[in-house]
Amino acid sequence: MTTAAAQEVTYLEAISQALDEEMARDERVFLMGEDIGPYGGAFRITEGFQKKYGEWRVLDTPLSESGFVGAAIGAAMMGMRPVVEMQFADFISCAFDQITEVAAKNHYRWGAAVPMVIRAPFGGGVHGGPFHSECPEGWFFHSPGLKIVAPSTPYDAKGLLKAAIRDPNPVIYFEHKFLYRRIKAVLPQEDFIVPIGKAEVKRTGGDITVVTYGATVHLALEAAELLVKEGIDLEIVDLRTLIPLDKETIFASVRKTSKAIMLHEDNKTGGIGAEIAALLAEECFDCLDGPILRIAAPDTPVPFSTPLEEYFLPKVGDIVAAARKLAAY
Amino acid sequence: MDLAVVAKEIKKDDLLQMYYYLRLTRTLEERITALYRQGRIMGGVYTSHGMEAIAVGYASALERDDIIAPYHRDMGAFLIRGITPGEVIAQYLGKRTGPTKGKDGNVHIGDLKRGVIGFVSHLADNLPVATGAALAFKMRGESRVVITNTGDGGTSRGDFHEALNFASVRKLPVVFFCNNNQYAYSTPLHLQMAIRDVVERAKAYAMPGEIVDGNDVAEVYLAAKRAIQRARSGEGPTFIEAKTMRMHGHSEHDSAKYVPRELLEEWKKRDPIMKAEQMLKQLGYGDKATLKEIEERVKKEVEAGVEFAEQSPLPEGREVLDGVFATEDEVQP
Ligand SMILES: Cc1ncc(C[n+]2csc(CCOP(=O)(O)OP(=O)(O)O)c2C)c(N)n1
Repeated sequence: MTTAAAQEVTYLEAISQALDEEMARDERVFLMGEDIGPYGGAFRITEGFQKKYGEWRVLDTPLSESGFVGAAIGAAMMGMRPVVEMQFADFISCAFDQITEVAAKNHYRWGAAVPMVIRAPFGGGVHGGPFHSECPEGWFFHSPGLKIVAPSTPYDAKGLLKAAIRDPNPVIYFEHKFLYRRIKAVLPQEDFIVPIGKAEVKRTGGDITVVTYGATVHLALEAAELLVKEGIDLEIVDLRTLIPLDKETIFASVRKTSKAIMLHEDNKTGGIGAEIAALLAEECFDCLDGPILRIAAPDTPVPFSTPLEEYFLPKVGDIVAAARKLAAY
Repeated sequence: MDLAVVAKEIKKDDLLQMYYYLRLTRTLEERITALYRQGRIMGGVYTSHGMEAIAVGYASALERDDIIAPYHRDMGAFLIRGITPGEVIAQYLGKRTGPTKGKDGNVHIGDLKRGVIGFVSHLADNLPVATGAALAFKMRGESRVVITNTGDGGTSRGDFHEALNFASVRKLPVVFFCNNNQYAYSTPLHLQMAIRDVVERAKAYAMPGEIVDGNDVAEVYLAAKRAIQRARSGEGPTFIEAKTMRMHGHSEHDSAKYVPRELLEEWKKRDPIMKAEQMLKQLGYGDKATLKEIEERVKKEVEAGVEFAEQSPLPEGREVLDGVFATEDEVQP
């Protein structure tokens, strides 16, 4: 590792470090995607990689999402460890068929392991409009055979990407574009992973559980600081992994607080929060002291213009209002 | 051109073995069709009746470490890779001894140990996957190749074009076959594409293309050999259009009334098994006794397969929950 001790790295640099370290550690690991070679990728995450690892391990592909995701599947089945970059998560729709019909099902159907990672830069707040700001995790949440992760911090970003690369299954890695250069942390010098399938309580509190992931974790943390002055103490569960879902951590928190808010940036209908709310209704009904509330984007595409996008995205104020409402029960 | 002259390039044993696999394919598929008519098979039955020479020809041209990514009319290729008739029938019957342990049906057979990438229904989806396997071979400097097949209908899919393009740009060791049997379900070729020969599609990717008589196992075999040789020596992919005719319905429930009878009558005269017999006779390889012996052997093997499959257990309901995720020890080394 090249970073000096105690130096802060961004969420983006954490991703870059994870790729670099895994490529150095395991020669089966290689990268595929559009413009990731000499250019270094749309977000410059693979800057300098091709010089270091060569043209075949940092493979610039044609503009062909289905084609190169399919190719990654084939290479993975032959014993390679491809990491595919979607330039923007939105374009994953072009590869939807390969991901859900081939990658997700091959092991279940005939025992072929498909150890690959798809990195998908997702989320809004960057004025990307309807085709560069989507949160498509819900599409895949419903497809058995895939693992899905969505880190919120540099530590989780690095640790989860390493875990994803080492996982014998197809993993979709949703990295939030809004966090790329805004969130920093000092990372350990030594090799570490964040295990897939484990949520983390990012803030402990006794009154209301907020279940969330990705960029909205930071909104929840902000809201918690405001609410503590009013005597409302939030507990924030960062899912980190969406599939397999860490139900135990969610249930344990809600059993403690008796109140729950689902928070995500994805559209509300059919979102991950809806599933967790249903699980809580099934498993924790007896300990609930109020309705399960959901905070999510409205059921519209992500808009472009600033006031529209601001209206669209969940805000700290939404969390504060929901928490006040729940606290009154 | 005289068939036998062309086939002289092929060793006698290889030709006899191809004949054996043609026969085995036909007999096995006829048996599966009979089981279907008896109501003992639930899902669809897609046969290669009249087109057996394509899969038998290309799969015979491969070496042990090579890989196939076949499509739904490539029974002969499974058999050549070592999938037994018993396993095939077990697969059709949903038995635990089928290659997918009852998780999937019919020709959705995959087994990496025997170099077979399992077919997915979404046509042409396995073409990019095949290019990826070839990419792995190229990256690791292995001299293995991949052969994949698709129908004429499948060539209209975007994934077909994405696969050919990528394979050509990166000169990957993959051979694309197209089984042009002139119909995609009920859709005739002229409503599938505005070009006359499917092979023209390869031009857009600067890929060498070739048309072969799909009913002539020797011609298919030799074309595959040439393409494999190109692939192995680093020259990249080849596209081979095998012209043939679908002699049964799309699947066994389909009477295929939309296909003119005269067309079928004409193609019946070019039956690949008949053609192979004529060739063997011309070459002096196929005396009556030899051919008869192969026929008998094949029948016995298929009956033994039926027996094996029928005696195999069905999976238990709760096995549905197994295998959604892989474990590390299942990853290819
Ligand atoms: C993407 C997709 N669309 C539709 C189907 C349904 N379907 C199965 S086979 C078939 C026709 C296939 O024709 P072709 O590719 O020419 O192969 P053939 O069966 O004629 O050998 C269709 C439409 C499918 N399997 N996949």
